[in-house]
Amino acid sequence: MASLADIVARPRRKGHATPDVVQKIALAVAALLIFAALFAPLIAPFEPLQQSLLSRLRPPIGFDRYSPWHFAGTDELGRDVLSRALFGLRLTLTLAFAGAVIGLLIGGTLGLIAGLVSGWVEDTIMALVDMQIAIPFTLVALLVLSLLGSNITVLVLVLGIAGWEQYARIVRAEVRRLSALPFIEAAWTAGAGPVYVATRHVLPNLVSPLVVQFTLALSNIVILESTLSFLGLGVQPPQPSLGSMVGLGRDYMPTAPWIVLTPAALIVLLTFSVQITGDWLRDRADVRLRER
Amino acid sequence: MIAYVLRVLAKSAVTLFAIVTVTFIATRLSGNPIETFLGEGLTTEGREELIRYFQLDRSLWEQYLAFLRGVLSGEFGLSFVDRRPVTQVVAERLWPSAQLLLSSIALTLAVSLPLGVLAAVYRKSWVGSAVMVVAFAGYAVPNFILAIVMMLVFSYWLNWLPVVGNGSFAHFIMPTIAMSGVLIAALTRFTRNAMLDVLGQDFIRTARAKGLSELRVVLRHGLGNAGVTVISVIGLQFAGLAAAGSVVVESIFSWPGIGQLLVNAAIIRDYPVLQFGVIAVAIAVVAINAVTDIAYALADPRIRLAKA
Repeated sequence: MASLADIVARPRRKGHATPDVVQKIALAVAALLIFAALFAPLIAPFEPLQQSLLSRLRPPIGFDRYSPWHFAGTDELGRDVLSRALFGLRLTLTLAFAGAVIGLLIGGTLGLIAGLVSGWVEDTIMALVDMQIAIPFTLVALLVLSLLGSNITVLVLVLGIAGWEQYARIVRAEVRRLSALPFIEAAWTAGAGPVYVATRHVLPNLVSPLVVQFTLALSNIVILESTLSFLGLGVQPPQPSLGSMVGLGRDYMPTAPWIVLTPAALIVLLTFSVQITGDWLRDRADVRLRER
Repeated sequence: MIAYVLRVLAKSAVTLFAIVTVTFIATRLSGNPIETFLGEGLTTEGREELIRYFQLDRSLWEQYLAFLRGVLSGEFGLSFVDRRPVTQVVAERLWPSAQLLLSSIALTLAVSLPLGVLAAVYRKSWVGSAVMVVAFAGYAVPNFILAIVMMLVFSYWLNWLPVVGNGSFAHFIMPTIAMSGVLIAALTRFTRNAMLDVLGQDFIRTARAKGLSELRVVLRHGLGNAGVTVISVIGLQFAGLAAAGSVVVESIFSWPGIGQLLVNAAIIRDYPVLQFGVIAVAIAVVAINAVTDIAYALADPRIRLAKA
């Protein structure tokens, strides 16, 4: 019987490429969410900022006082919750992708250098990695966002720096492992230069572990971004992000819980499906990453 | 062993130095630090005091040295809100944060150790699978969503628990659970893996072969040995996770701890409080990490020999 837990607990099996039922559902949900984010302007029944003071705080479909086409209800300004959530999802995913790419570039480069160059260079980079792990990053993010103001550029940089050390560790370990393998040695012997070895022999072998780490990082960044936006330090109103919708909707929770529950459900769907996808990719690629 | 301790301490000192430097750079990156540190409604006199305090008329390098001197002598400036020393403002919040943290650690241990052991012992049956589903969910659900949904269900709909505050036992329930969610997920997973490693060892087979009861084998020989690894994780991973968690959970439940103080300070831009808060929490995290490293090495000679 295939279950969620098997994915979590399963020992590595080589060539286990076909996804099981839960993984298929997760892949489908992840694809659906990405599709919804990409085409939010076409799908959303309303403009995310369009207010309608006559239909404020209307409940979702199936309840009394439901206002037509506002499937997930409306908020305190009569804005359509579903449309806002779709645009919020779009923004959250955009930020997460940008952050994960920045993390990949910083961490990947430093990891590659640390793997190829021994001595003080490697020691310095690995000391930076240790520091990044030791620092409670959410607090640094609070400080930086408060000081520099919560604009999108700063937010993306903060999200990118949040996870770089994971990439660096993985890349360095892989480079070290690969360097000892015969085909790399053969390349050196055949007279290949360091750049040739790095780009032709090392990088292609780094793709799978990096794809896996990228996917897992995405879900971590989604959580960090929505947390910061929830606290009021990330994406600023009126622009909707999933986290800020939950944060701002808190005030109306007793009477209009749908304002909070719709974006909250999307965040959880997103993190669940992306993490299960990441685990599936890990099984598929048969790479072992360090336990968090 | 002394060499190992010294190395751990040196590493901690470097990390702290880096954190202090990062906070300095962050405060100066934001452009004009006079404007940055200018509290709302500050008088000209206060303005001059700040300029003098941060030595803003000097070069950046001199400012940095002055900042380091201040840090070393425990001078972190005054809160913009009530003009009291930030050290005092933060110290007042220490006990509520500690209470919440301790209750979360207690809950996490009480839940994770049994679950992790169960998941390892019954890894092939539905029991193990069910436990790992819980662990997985703990990772995927952000703590602010857990907190909000609990608040909605237990406070607003069922009216069982108080919404905010920290007066009674009932006030502890939701914040503790919200804090513990991700910790339980991490520790259960880790306990399970550590137990699986230990249960595969030869001395477990020996223990079984000499006729010990299965319970004794699992708890005494299994958990007894896995426990060392597990405790190291509590120190190394929990400190950071708990610091991040307390920021979110305390501000949701209006818990008068350091986390709430820092979020408020970030929003109203009370920079001296925020800056000291970040440094103080970092010191706590780095200290816990150092103590864990040393304790781990004391408990397991292989560590200190491998690293020596």
